[in-house]
Amino acid sequence: MKGHLSLLLVVIPLLAAPVTAALTRARLAWAIAFAVTTACVILAGMQLWAVLNDGIISYELGGWAPPWGIEYRIDELNALVALIISGIAAVTLPYALLSAEQEIPEDKLPLFYSAFLLCFAGLLGITQTGDIFNVFVFLEISSLSSYALISLGQKRQALTSAYQYLIMGTLGATFFLIGVGLIYSVTGTLNMADLAQRLPELTHLKTVHTGFAFIMIGFALKLALFPLHLWLPNAYTYAPTVISVFLAATATKVALYVMLRVLFTVFPEGFVSTTPASELFILSGIAAILSASVYAIYQANVKRLLAYSSVAQIGYMALGIGLASAMGVTAAIIHLFNHALMKGALFMAIGAIIYRVGACRMENIQGLGRQMPWTFGAIVIGGMSLIGVPGTAGFVSKWYLVLAALEQEAWITVAVILLGSLLAVVYMGKIVEALYFRPVEETNVDVKEAPMLLLAPAWVLVIANIYFGLQTEPDRRGG
Amino acid sequence: MTHNLVLRVVSKTLIPLIIMFALYVQFHGDFGPGGGFQAGVIMSAAIILYTLVFGLDAAERVMPPMALRILASLGVLLYGGVGVATLVMGGNYLNYTVLASTQIAGQHLGILLVELGVGITVFAVMLIIFFAFAGRGRR
Repeated sequence: MKGHLSLLLVVIPLLAAPVTAALTRARLAWAIAFAVTTACVILAGMQLWAVLNDGIISYELGGWAPPWGIEYRIDELNALVALIISGIAAVTLPYALLSAEQEIPEDKLPLFYSAFLLCFAGLLGITQTGDIFNVFVFLEISSLSSYALISLGQKRQALTSAYQYLIMGTLGATFFLIGVGLIYSVTGTLNMADLAQRLPELTHLKTVHTGFAFIMIGFALKLALFPLHLWLPNAYTYAPTVISVFLAATATKVALYVMLRVLFTVFPEGFVSTTPASELFILSGIAAILSASVYAIYQANVKRLLAYSSVAQIGYMALGIGLASAMGVTAAIIHLFNHALMKGALFMAIGAIIYRVGACRMENIQGLGRQMPWTFGAIVIGGMSLIGVPGTAGFVSKWYLVLAALEQEAWITVAVILLGSLLAVVYMGKIVEALYFRPVEETNVDVKEAPMLLLAPAWVLVIANIYFGLQTEPDRRGG
Repeated sequence: MTHNLVLRVVSKTLIPLIIMFALYVQFHGDFGPGGGFQAGVIMSAAIILYTLVFGLDAAERVMPPMALRILASLGVLLYGGVGVATLVMGGNYLNYTVLASTQIAGQHLGILLVELGVGITVFAVMLIIFFAFAGRGRR
């Protein structure tokens, strides 16, 4: 029964997607999507509970024994990631009801929910599977549906940014596939656990090193790791708000999960130190934090600002991986979790403003903080978490990251982490200043607080930010 | 092209043959080369030929867009439904063995149904893509 749990988590959204695609009534499609994501949260919670109590779950698809058949293999890490994805999806859908109805034409809504469920199923599939080729299949499912979702944005630029993402994403997926093919050519297996057993004696081969490089670059593209992040700001800016929320909080997290899985489960211990991967992770992490934060400061569009901030936050996670110590990886995983909470909350709060005024440039939103106090509150607390103020979730992950850097006496890294937080103060300060201290636009004098249905999901995430900021036991988040 | 008598007559004889061949590729797929994907493409080629000769409006009367959307979903659901059926009958997901009394009969039935699902979806999606491009600029 436990095994079926891990399978149902993928199959339920995967089968609900075609059902919603065949519907014509938008509300019905929404109801199905909402029911599915809620069910998935419960299943993912049960799965995490089962893994924590009884250890690894293994499920053989079609009854074919691994390594020949496809295996779903769940340990603490992917059970946690699956719970994050399902949780964010379940919080996003109530928000989608109003936001998507406003931004997306009525006749496209059932297809929108269908694509959303497909993307959700694909992301869950990537986390659940223990077969590296299966990762590619689910990656394509989630990517193709997310290109379609982004292209549904209101502005015409949504089409070009979806196309840009399509090119970059396809390149990433192809690189990953080439890497998997190279590894397969020397090991003859695609099962991750089996690969982990066969690779140690083959690490001297050039083919293995090349394959490793291809896999890393492929997922660095999907992760939007600096300097391969160029698709991300456009995609997040022009996508429908709901999709910005969902992708910012989940898609890059899943890419990071795959990287961790490949680095620390598939490849043998010590292999990474024979490659320049760690140094590259640290370099690109530092470059991402500094350059993307500075870029963020100069953005006039708030969604774009948050998108650049996402690139910077991915830099923190890359630093955690690059430090390659238990503490560093813990910090990366915790930051993965926390960033989903804070970016989800911030994009939702900005979306509430977009819902009221229809735009999110600095001059459109100015002064609205006093008219929309709850939305403003969510932005302030989300921003504090992003900066890393003690008492919020963001503090915990940065604390671990600093500890990990201090452990290795990497002073430059420590300085960059702290400088990055200062830059975050500047760009979040810009939003707060516009919202609160500037006079309101004449056209916006009558704007009221956002509806409950948009505020409640945002505040669920805000409260989670505070809860996980105070609840600092690392073992509680799978760290 | 509506006045081109030779094309109309030839395609009218060809289309049933193409559909027959598609069904052959579909249901012979577990003994020889073929299967759902190829069969779906061949089947949709028959409708595409019909569209080229008789026009888009006639083709959309044969294959209404909403019907295609439902067919596309139906194929996936058939595939997934076989998996759910195996779950209900006590096996792992997509373990066809439990579908019938013997292992061989079960595996045979399972792959046949799954490939049928693939065939239906590929057929419908090929036509949806074709109609989407062919219908550009009409509205």
